[in-house]
Amino acid sequence: MTSEKPTMIEFKDVHKYYGDYHALRGITAKIRAGEFFSLLGPSGCGKTTLLRTIAGFEGISSGVVMIDGKDMEGVPANVRPTNMVFQSYAIFPHLTVAQNVGFGLRKDPRSKAEKAQAVAEALDMVGLNGYGDRAAHALSGGQRQRVALARALILKPKVLLLDEPLSALDKKMREQMQLELIKLQRQVGITFILVTHDQEEALVMSDRIAVMFEGEVAQLDDPETLYRRPNSRKVADFIGTMNFLPAKILSESGEKVEVEAEGFGKITLNAEQVSGANSGAASIGFRPETLTILFEGQTAADRESMATVEEVVYYGDMTYYDIKLDGTTETMRLSMRNVFGRPVLDIGTRTRVAWSSGALVLFR
Amino acid sequence: MRGGWFRVYTIVYLIFLYAPIILLPIFAFNNATTVAFPLVGFTTEWFGQLWTEPALHKALKNSLIIAISSAILATSFGIFAARASTRYRFPFKAPLMGLIMLPLVLPEVIVAVALLAVLLGMGLNLSIFTVILGHVLICTPFAIAILTSAFQSLDQSLEEASYDLGESAVSTFRLVILPLVMPGIISALLITFTISLDEFIIAFFLAGNENTLPVYILGQFRFPQNVPVIMALGTILVCLSIALLATAEYFRRRGIAKTGGKDTGGFL
Ligand SMILES: Nc1ncnc2c1ncn2[C@@H]1O[C@H](COP(=O)(O)OP(=O)(O)OP(=O)(O)O)[C@@H](O)[C@H]1O
Ligand SMILES: [Mg+2]
Repeated sequence: MTSEKPTMIEFKDVHKYYGDYHALRGITAKIRAGEFFSLLGPSGCGKTTLLRTIAGFEGISSGVVMIDGKDMEGVPANVRPTNMVFQSYAIFPHLTVAQNVGFGLRKDPRSKAEKAQAVAEALDMVGLNGYGDRAAHALSGGQRQRVALARALILKPKVLLLDEPLSALDKKMREQMQLELIKLQRQVGITFILVTHDQEEALVMSDRIAVMFEGEVAQLDDPETLYRRPNSRKVADFIGTMNFLPAKILSESGEKVEVEAEGFGKITLNAEQVSGANSGAASIGFRPETLTILFEGQTAADRESMATVEEVVYYGDMTYYDIKLDGTTETMRLSMRNVFGRPVLDIGTRTRVAWSSGALVLFR
Repeated sequence: MRGGWFRVYTIVYLIFLYAPIILLPIFAFNNATTVAFPLVGFTTEWFGQLWTEPALHKALKNSLIIAISSAILATSFGIFAARASTRYRFPFKAPLMGLIMLPLVLPEVIVAVALLAVLLGMGLNLSIFTVILGHVLICTPFAIAILTSAFQSLDQSLEEASYDLGESAVSTFRLVILPLVMPGIISALLITFTISLDEFIIAFFLAGNENTLPVYILGQFRFPQNVPVIMALGTILVCLSIALLATAEYFRRRGIAKTGGKDTGGFL
């Protein structure tokens, strides 16, 4: 259903060199119109570089960048249908808030009064009603952020580019702005492209995420697929926490793969649970919340194993356990929602844990 | 004890530095033709005499023309150089910038003699234009130093934001860069103006038959009866210089505060 949305941005085998340094290594991807898209990856992987090739601040060495069906080769930044919210916000310090927001309207043929109206509406949209006459250099970080948003959105771009817009805010402000940005994006319907190195932020905010490593897109999927079916151990490691157990593939027959994993024994997996991109030894991966401690009288819906508690980290609503499954050498992370009346286990406790073969991923 | 010695040292140092300058106004208002204590009485006669010296007026006019022209030229060159050195990368940048800044430390008398030789060799007549030439040469490094600090405190993403919002390179320069470095430009204009106005050696070598103010002042010391008038003139010049430098520093600091940068230079 969502795949029927038209394409807004298309990268075709985009390469970018800084001198000898190969910063973008063959990016091919499509970003759909109206979606909240994130570029996620560790520092230096080329997220900002890719974003700047869309804005037109950075030329590409080879390949094609298309916006709304048009090849952007040779199109300068000031005529591209994109606007950017800079990491430093780039608020013009010599202008007032209203002058900043109205900066892009200089060549707009509308009357002065209509432009002032547009500025007021834009300020209203980002919750800065009545701030128009303030000096821009006297604003807080969160307020600058909003001014930058209003200044970009007032031009009704086809694409809004955001380069780590929340990284300068404190945790509480950041979480609030995340929700506001999502709401804003739904309200205006513009394609948002967000650069972030914070996987949680990307999962919370995005319709789809491109995970980048070293100038390449490793996986492009919606947050749930990315979390549940990472296509490589590297992606799995970068998004959330994933436990890995050494495994051996016993047999493959069409839709089914039979595996022997340390601590789990023999398991039968569906073909869709196999991430084949990796070379090297096979391993079974699972998220901490897919393992459950079984208390007196509880039985596993699918399978169960014995384990020893090695470490307990209590978080109030959650408890994280490091456990060692019988027959394994490495500790696994397990997370449990705390329920009233049920004890938190002590270090050293022997316990049964439930797991389900459907929640496992095979990397090979 | 240590603090005590430092205090004495500081006071002696300040007296040494400023006592001669304080003597200027004292003798400018002293009712005697000789510059000597004890003071005789109060007069404004010497200031009055300033108005009746055509040679002084000519020298002043020359100096103003030279100083204003040199300031504008040096600051314009400074803008280009500072912009280039802070924003663009080009081959041999460091040695080039070093060469441009060199007149800052070259002995002026060398610069003056070298220029004189070249100008005479080219068969050019010495005039206030040749002085302007020399002054632009020594003022430009000062302008570059001030303007580089102004351009450096300018966040590059401000320029990109302006392009992003639809402006061209030219309109971005006018709407964003120029207003933000304007305090630096004003400060550079004022300081180069002051340097040119005070400059003696190059003016002395390159002015030909013309006089500039400093050259005129030195000439007047041949006539002892004129010394109190020079004291009066000196008083006015000191006040003017202080006012100009203070204004320049005010603009430089305001510029840095405006762009939210760190203070990394300046002369005061
Ligand atoms: N102008 C440039 N000249 C040379 N190398 C550059 C330039 N800009 C970026 N790079 C290099 O390209 C690589 C990718 O940079 P980029 O800024 O895109 O990373 P990023 O993913 O945004 O990282 P971060 O999370 O740290 O912002 C880095 O190794 C960086 O050093
Ligand atoms: Mg970046």
